[in-house]
Parts: sequence; C-alpha cells; structure tokens
Amino acid sequence: MVKLPIYMDNHATTPLDPRVLDAMMPYLTSKFGNAASRNHGFGWEAEEAVDKARGQIATLINAKPKEIIFTSGATESDNLAIKGVVEFYKEKGNHVITCVTEHKAVIDSCKALERTGKATVTYLPVDKHGMVDPEDLRNAITDKTVLITIMFANNEIGTLHPVVEIGKIAKEKGVIFHCDATQAVGHVPVDVERCGIDLLSLTAHKLYGPKGAGALYVRSRAPRVRLTPIIDGGGHERGMRSGTLNVPGIVGLGAACEIAGKEMAEEMARLTDLRHRLQAGVFERLDDVILNGHPTERLPGNLNLSFAYVEGESLLMGISDIAVSSGSACTSATLEPSYVIRALGTDDELAHSSIRFGLGRFNTGEEVDYVAERVAKEVVRLREMSPLYEMAKEGIDLKSVEWRRE
Amino acid sequence: MAYSSKVMSHYTNPRNVGSFGKDEAGVGTGIVGAPECGDVMKLQLKISDEGVIEDARFKTFGCGSAIASSSYVTELVKGKKIEEALAIKNSLIVQELNLPPVKIHCSVLAEDAIKAAISDWQKRKGEKGSNKKEEAA
Repeated sequence: MVKLPIYMDNHATTPLDPRVLDAMMPYLTSKFGNAASRNHGFGWEAEEAVDKARGQIATLINAKPKEIIFTSGATESDNLAIKGVVEFYKEKGNHVITCVTEHKAVIDSCKALERTGKATVTYLPVDKHGMVDPEDLRNAITDKTVLITIMFANNEIGTLHPVVEIGKIAKEKGVIFHCDATQAVGHVPVDVERCGIDLLSLTAHKLYGPKGAGALYVRSRAPRVRLTPIIDGGGHERGMRSGTLNVPGIVGLGAACEIAGKEMAEEMARLTDLRHRLQAGVFERLDDVILNGHPTERLPGNLNLSFAYVEGESLLMGISDIAVSSGSACTSATLEPSYVIRALGTDDELAHSSIRFGLGRFNTGEEVDYVAERVAKEVVRLREMSPLYEMAKEGIDLKSVEWRRE
Repeated sequence: MAYSSKVMSHYTNPRNVGSFGKDEAGVGTGIVGAPECGDVMKLQLKISDEGVIEDARFKTFGCGSAIASSSYVTELVKGKKIEEALAIKNSLIVQELNLPPVKIHCSVLAEDAIKAAISDWQKRKGEKGSNKKEEAA
C-alpha cells in the first residue's frame, strides 16, 4: 500500500533531506555564532562552516568558492543579478534580454526596471516546446545590451534551454549572461565554465535543503562581473549583499549541494524512468492528453500534461491525496492561466487543463503507479461531466463555436 | 484554498449531471462561458407548456466551485415557474455554497445559464417546428 498523501510537487519545494538536517542541527543549537564575528571562537566556527558550504556549492557548479554570494533565495538572487548589473553598467548601456517564460522573479525584476526607466527589455519568444532560439537572441543584441537573463530549466514545463549556445553568444558579443538555475542545480549537470554563465541564481529548498537560503554565483574573472548591491548595510559578501549570514541555512545549502553532486547521475536515471512510467501509465488509460514542454530536453523529474476538456483545479480537487499543481487560472493568485503554457502557442484552454507532476528524490515507482491510475480515473469522471468532451465526441469543432463570454 | 463542505458535496456527488436531447420537446439549453476562460456551463431545463421547470440537467467544464454552482442550480430551479427561476440572483448561490470572493464569477455564470436556458426555450417555443438552426451559443 502506498502511503498517502503523496507529495509530487517537487518544483514548488522539496522536502528537507534528513542528512541535510543533521548537518544543520549544530548550527541551530550550540554553534550559533555570527560568521562576521572576528574575535572569538563562536564567530570562527560559524565562518568556517560558511566557507565549507561555499566550497560545496562551488564544486557542484564548477565555480570558485569566493564567487558564491549568499542570499535569502533565488528570488533575491535574481533581483540582485538583474537590478545590480543594470545599475552598475548604466554608463555602458540599458538594454536587457530575457524570455517570456522566465520565472516571475526575473520577469518582474525586468518590468520594474522598465517602469523606472532604467532599462528597455526584450522578451524573447519560445518555440512550441518552450525553448528560446539562440538566433533570436543573437538578433536581439544591440550595442546597448548589458545583460542576457535566461533560465536553465523552466519551473513549469521543465524545458532545458540551449544554455551552452546562449553562453557562447553572450561571450562573443561581450554581454553578461545571468542564468536562473533554480530548478536545475542539483538535478542536472550545471557547469558555469562550460555554459559560459557569468551570474547564476540557485536556492536550497529546490534541492532538499532548507527554505530561506540561496546564492548568487558572480564570475570573478574573464570577465569580472560587478554589481551594485540592492541591500545596504555591513558590507558582507564582498559588499554585494549585506546582512548577517543565515549560517544554518547556508550549511544546509552546502550539504544539499554535496549530496546532490554525489547522487546526481543515479538520480537522473531513476527519475527519468519514473517520469516515463508515469507518462506511460497516463497515456495508456486516457486519450486527448498533451505533453507540455520538450519531449527529451527537460528536467528528469518534470512531467507537465494537459488533460483536454477537464479544468485543472477541479482535477486537483478530485485527487486531493496527491500534491501536484496546475496552470489553471483558478489555482493562481492572479486568476490568469499559466503564461508559460500560453507562450507555447497552444490553445488557452490547455493552460487551464494543465497539471504539473514534479517527481523527486523521495518518490517511488509504487507512488507513480498509484498517481497514474488515480488521475486517469478522475479525468474520466470529470469528462463525463464536461460539456466540451460531449461536444468533441459529437464531432463539433470547439474552435468553430461562438462562445458566450461574460 | 479550502473548499466549503457544500462545494465538496456537490463536487463529489453532483446532482443531475447529464443531457437531454437538444431537440426534445420542452427543452431549453443554455451554454455560457468559454473554454479559454476556463469555464463552460451547459444547463438544460425541461419546461412544461405552463412554464414550470420539471427537470434539469447540467454539464460543466470548470473548477470545483463552477461544478458545484451548476449542480446546485439544477436542484434549485426544479418545480419553479420560469419567472421565479429568472429572479434567482447569483448572491443566493454564493450564500448557499459559501463561495469566496474569487469564485463569485462561478455563481454569475450559473445565473446566466438559467437565463440562457429559459431564453432558448422561449425562442424554440416561438419558432416551433422550423428550427434546424445550430444553436451552440
């Protein structure tokens, strides 16, 4: 018997690995020192722990320890990278290039710069699989471009962008490349040298670490990237991010990175198998299911499906013992359906019908089989209740219908 | 977001799901909403010549609150005269199902579905015998 409820929303957050908690525990109890205290042992042991974590993170992404700047999480890292670069390089230019399917932390940072007149922003489109075309990027670069910010892997549909090519173009044109790698670090190989990444955002809670601990990688040479800080204070983190370091969180982030690096190859293969098993389990039971995102170039644990004729939130309600998420408007704070799925150029209604399954370290094959069966059963029930399904079965082309919108 | 027990009850055990034949005598069909908005309700009412709603069926594509609103409406209108059904306000549905503010549009849609179904019945009654027109809207 599977244990319920099942957590399959690992793109939202991941559970804390018990090994990570073990590493953190002393720093939540007896080793409480401030890493910035230079005059006593409490401070020294905290600083030592932070330095160890810097090394663990740097190793995972092939960076140097001093290039790791600790933040509160990926949202802060994205804000610091984007706003910090635009401010620092304002004499050089004011143009930023990003992509329409970026996380809100990136999109809204760009929007804020537009609103305050600090930058003009180009939002690159994506293809039907959610990938940017490197040629579009090349064509968008002007002599005013100071920053390219494109994510490593999309948080909704799991699509991996051609980061190596993007990095090459950025180098060639002498533009700084920021990559929000929140969903990728610890899950797929991320190498800042190989990918030509100059700034990289990551966060602990997406790789089985604690919430509230993140980092920004800032390249120190070829080129040396400079930033204007967005938080002023005691000048911590080489002046780029003031504020007392979250020592237990940082220790957890470091430990999570080390574990992820050791287990990545095996875990990638296992999650890819589980994803295929889930997809097969759904497809053999149901017709009219659409895979969102790239068929192969995607995060191992990401499966995003649209169940035609069924609204996502109602499906979530029916499978309440399974934690997944939906691109349906009804599940978002803004009452807009997923802008990521809409950007793929499919019908808007498929955004309302989308479900994201996020497989992770603690999911099992047994859980996958249960989820496939449970979801299929509920979709069948809701389709019996769906006027769209009825019309489609009668052969009515839903696109030809003149709907009565309110 | 937590759902009220009444929404859950209608969602897990919806009343009067199904369809009448569109061309069946005395049937009025109302389809409101649009797929790209995430809500489509189809409400069918079987209305006697005297204008009394004898039976109702629904099918809904939408969130749990939309399903619950339409399910509740099928119960609500049965036995009512069309004038009474037309007087039903969405606020009644909101109150009964305990809908939160973000779900009020579901109740509005259900109210509109009643009006659309009755108007279709009136139209068909008027045109009796000569309607082969497609009436998807």
